[in-house]
Amino acid sequence: MSGAAGRNAAGFAMPRPGNDTPGPSPPGQAAEVTPDAPPGGAEAGGLLAADALVDLDEEGRTLKITGLLERLDAEFVGLAPVKDRVREIAALLLIDRLRSRYALPSARPSLHMCFTGSPGTGKTTMALRMGELLRELGYLRQGQLVTATRDDLVGQYVGHTAPKTKDVLRRAMGGVLLIDEAYYLYRPENERDYGQEAIEILLQFMEAHRDDLVVILAGYQDKMEVFFRSNPGMASRIGHHIDFPDFSLGDLMRIAEGLLEREEYRLTPQAAEALREYIGLRMRQPRFSNARSIRNAIDRLRLRQAGRLVAAGGRISRADLIEITAADVRGSRVFSDSAARPPGHAARPADHMA
Amino acid sequence: MRITQGTFSYLPDLGAGEIRAQIQYAIDRGWAVAVEFTDDPHPRNSLWEMWGLPMFEIMDASAALHEVTACIRAWPDHYVRVSAYDATLGRQTTALSFIVNRPAHEPGFRLDRQETADRRIRYSLHAYAADQPSGERYRRDDQRHP
Repeated sequence: MSGAAGRNAAGFAMPRPGNDTPGPSPPGQAAEVTPDAPPGGAEAGGLLAADALVDLDEEGRTLKITGLLERLDAEFVGLAPVKDRVREIAALLLIDRLRSRYALPSARPSLHMCFTGSPGTGKTTMALRMGELLRELGYLRQGQLVTATRDDLVGQYVGHTAPKTKDVLRRAMGGVLLIDEAYYLYRPENERDYGQEAIEILLQFMEAHRDDLVVILAGYQDKMEVFFRSNPGMASRIGHHIDFPDFSLGDLMRIAEGLLEREEYRLTPQAAEALREYIGLRMRQPRFSNARSIRNAIDRLRLRQAGRLVAAGGRISRADLIEITAADVRGSRVFSDSAARPPGHAARPADHMA
Repeated sequence: MRITQGTFSYLPDLGAGEIRAQIQYAIDRGWAVAVEFTDDPHPRNSLWEMWGLPMFEIMDASAALHEVTACIRAWPDHYVRVSAYDATLGRQTTALSFIVNRPAHEPGFRLDRQETADRRIRYSLHAYAADQPSGERYRRDDQRHP
């Protein structure tokens, strides 16, 4: 198991039928045997002279990188560190293509990643999109996502782990393997646990198949650190440690609006104001999990809106079905809980409700 | 004598890129790719040893190519083939099969004639390699036990 590129390209020796056809391999062979070469290369246009100039913007447009990054920006609120990293990876791809046109070496970077962050900061969602992104950037051939947890990798008895782990890895080749809550792989309290074996196979694959597979570990920061401390090999094989920051109030508000818009709901101006207040209160409560809490809150908004409409009865219009009023928002227990507590962010008086 | 079996058998041996492309084609068709090896070159020997289980659920040829490489490394002096099984109802058969590795020297076959009743002749093919016990066929001379 030496370098992956070497093994797949040159090391994959097809013995020519020995004495039957002596002589060098046919000339077409060289190009065919290197399908793993970094994207770009020959098809990106001929070699350039050493003093030639190329237009970066033009190249970026042909590779559709600009559009890709814009879509990423539109789709995800906040998450600046992640977007920066994707932007850098995309930029490297662009530069590598240009380098190869000047016949400069360009090796594929290791793209294994570790996503850490509080609950609900979009780690799993981002991992889902990452395969697609990396495929569009040309770093992955298929871009499928295979999600694995401890159960999928670690076996139950001796000799069960390796085939299990290898099977998952085989399915993930050409795409992304997302190991959610990777720290559960390692159970230091049980020395006969087979998790360590899975980790070793994983490490070996991550090293040998850097070109075929991107492994993303996702989990909470503190537990992940403990995991890396006991598995230093894992930490060093992961090139990108990305910490997902908590969302700000404004970000959460935009997420909420985005979610509502996708489901064809609309907030009245008073409701929007109430929702902003609600999020502000909810953020200070225990077990706040960022975007996930927002999604749950919106589900409850819909419940309360439906309850209100059904209770009122009578004839309703399409607009009524779409509209969420301040009363729907203020029906939340978050307001009553904080009202019970000493002032600060007390709920407004009841007559203020729309 | 060069054995010709399976698909592409009259073409020059496939390169790694071509093997990858063929495997990817099979995967894209939803066929299960398997790696098999043997050192019995007889044309009627259709059941070769299996290198692991057929690979279901893989998406990318590199996973299968990894097994092909491992098999060739373990059995450099054997025939190694890739076969793709189409499980579609009504077909349920090997859809594609091609040799990806062969011994450096293939001594070929001898035609045996057996005279039976009424001056009839029975013919049979005998592979010279089969004179050696399995596992010792196709060894290069410097590796062979005296």
